Amino acid sequence: MPAISLRLNGKSVTVDVEARTLLVELLRERLGLTGTHVGCDTSQCGACTVHVDGRSVKSCTMLALEADGREVTTIEGLARDGELHPVQAAFREHHGLQCGFCTPGMVMSATELVARNPGASEAEIRAWLEGNLCRCTGYHNIVKAVQAAARAGRK
Amino acid sequence: MAEGGIGASLKRKEDPRFLTGRGTYTDDITRPGQTWAAFVRSPHAHARIKKVKTDAARKAPGVVAVLTGADLAADKVGILPAGWLIHSKDGSPMVEPGHPALVADKVRHVGDQVAVVIAETRDQARDAAGLVEVDYEELPAVVSVVDAVKPGAPLVHDQAKENTCYDWHLGDKAATDAAFAKAHKVVTLDLVNNRLIPNAIEPRSAIGDYDKVTGDLTLITSSQNPHLIRLLLSAFTLGVPEHKLRVMAPDVGGAFGSKIFHYAEDFVVLWAARKIGRPVKWTNTRSESFMSDAHGRDHVTHCELALDKDGRFLGLRERTLANMGGYLSQFAPSVPTYLHATLLAGCYTTPVIYSEVRAVFTNTVPVDAYRGAGRPEATFILERLVDIAAREMGIDRVEIRRRNFIPADKFPYQTPVALQYDSGNYHATLDAALKKADWAGFEKRRAEAKARGKLRGIGISTYVEACGIAPSAVVGALGGRVGLWESAHVRVHPTGTVTLFTGAHSHGQGHETTFAQLVADRLGISPDQVEVVHGDTAKSAFAMGTYGSRSLAVGGTAIVNALDKIIAKGKKIAAHLLEAGEGDVEFKGGKFTVKGTDRAKAFGEVVLAAYIPHKYPPDLEPGLEEGAVYDPKNF
Repeated sequence: MPAISLRLNGKSVTVDVEARTLLVELLRERLGLTGTHVGCDTSQCGACTVHVDGRSVKSCTMLALEADGREVTTIEGLARDGELHPVQAAFREHHGLQCGFCTPGMVMSATELVARNPGASEAEIRAWLEGNLCRCTGYHNIVKAVQAAARAGRK
Repeated sequence: MAEGGIGASLKRKEDPRFLTGRGTYTDDITRPGQTWAAFVRSPHAHARIKKVKTDAARKAPGVVAVLTGADLAADKVGILPAGWLIHSKDGSPMVEPGHPALVADKVRHVGDQVAVVIAETRDQARDAAGLVEVDYEELPAVVSVVDAVKPGAPLVHDQAKENTCYDWHLGDKAATDAAFAKAHKVVTLDLVNNRLIPNAIEPRSAIGDYDKVTGDLTLITSSQNPHLIRLLLSAFTLGVPEHKLRVMAPDVGGAFGSKIFHYAEDFVVLWAARKIGRPVKWTNTRSESFMSDAHGRDHVTHCELALDKDGRFLGLRERTLANMGGYLSQFAPSVPTYLHATLLAGCYTTPVIYSEVRAVFTNTVPVDAYRGAGRPEATFILERLVDIAAREMGIDRVEIRRRNFIPADKFPYQTPVALQYDSGNYHATLDAALKKADWAGFEKRRAEAKARGKLRGIGISTYVEACGIAPSAVVGALGGRVGLWESAHVRVHPTGTVTLFTGAHSHGQGHETTFAQLVADRLGISPDQVEVVHGDTAKSAFAMGTYGSRSLAVGGTAIVNALDKIIAKGKKIAAHLLEAGEGDVEFKGGKFTVKGTDRAKAFGEVVLAAYIPHKYPPDLEPGLEEGAVYDPKNF
């Protein structure tokens, strides 16, 4: 099995992986980072979204091998020093989650949007989150949360 | 009101763990020595199993065991039961074919479980499942209810003639027919309430574990009602006594009804774990979930509404073919019957209603309760008919509803379809809704949209739902095989904090916050001092779980009843401490006070006295922990 090295939530990790292992399987099953969820097997739901070199990626759609030499951030790596990331805080404030299963992917995806486009409009937020499915909330509070986080980021 | 009590807008207690990736869903759990299960599922809708060849799979890397329907039959276990018995019009019981967790003779829908492979890793299990060769003899299949009841249609179960599970009715046929005979106007409608797949965002998952030394079995499963699963495993599918069986449902990622049922996979992981002496885990893929989660709805209906010349409803009748799928899922028989036809009165005074429902087996995935379960189907029938009647008779659609609403002074109101409504003011509710929606201003909005080249529409529907399921005796009289009460246990700790054990299960509802608010409000403490425990049969007392909007109405009432017992005992203790009569002590704002005086003991002081009973009523047991159950009196 080939070995890969990556920066994972700010720490260096070297691990052997099977060629067919998906990044999400490496994270969840080998490295114990179960915050990244698997909600489908068709790359539709976005529950497995993580950041690779700062870009949000569906980790079920990427081989673990492809993460070699990259910087990967998961939901577990988002809060710093016990402080929620502004997007996490906004989801909490605006009740942007119910069962919590889609939440890590939503937050990771929204975090990239807020960083890239702090002035994102409601329409832009809805379009950006097209690849993340939530079955509980109906999206309104998720959008409100992302809008609030974007506003906070602009200040 | 206590700080953060009922009505306060709090940030949810569960959110920090969900937002930081620290929730614990079943698939997040790994047990020491864990193996993985992968199912071999039928690619055919209907086929006879001639042979299952497992040799290649058994020799594949990492494979621990391969189990088939023949193993299940040899062990005489694993037949999933139906939880509701419906009788046909002629008094005969429904046809009730068992649903084997692994099928040995013939498959009845795409995805039907034929074998399971247990291996060291998930990939090894899935690889080896692909090596199980099943020799099928394909049979003609029937997938629509309309085709299934035609003469000569393929039979899903030989004992179900014309594929009919039951042919049920409710209401007064003769009186309804008479109303139609004298009607000024009859409107009719044929509609299909299409099948859907619930698709909770968390795929179902289950881990079975067996302790060889104690003989204890543990099932961790994505369920809305772990106690029900334990009961069914114990009494029907596995035959293990309940005290040796623990079922846990940790964080569950949405359910919508689809996680009520005792599924084949729950049974198989436990059965296999006991056989191999190691934990067995299975997690659905989304593609598999389409074939193995119970689906919803799937009704084909003919319905009619009779009206007088003023548009008053004289009678309603419907004939529905309800798809059960290839087997009876646990509560499927109740959905198109007592959860459906009983709602056909809706908000209206329709004096006579007659419903005929024929439940039909087809070669499709079993159907069961999903979001509203039978009740939205009833509302769809009724409200579509009302709209059509308004249109055809030239009566305004709001006015026709108003004209037929049950007047506020007629409550309690007995409908012709079994339910009694205790209260309501539909005219006032409608007025408020129309005002809020600016119904009167709609034409202006439509004109504005039209000017922009857009089409704008507006719809109206009314709805009565029977929630808070349900009075056990009523359920029993209607064929239910379960009680539907709920339990709560309130444990007040010596320093005044509280652990609440509830039988309700949260899979997105936020009970850890809202139930804590309920306790806090009643006891005058902070919600931060209350921990809500649910989803574990080893912790909470037996109860029926969460579905049918029952958590607060039924589970919450059990909590209130338990809290009332806590307060009643607290009064006894406080009276002793304050040297007052028990009847003179009142509990308010977190204090036990002698009425009309400023002599009081704080909740915390009384609690401490209960655990350190140095000065204590001689005939009272120390400690402060109370349980209660609540069985609703009405829906």
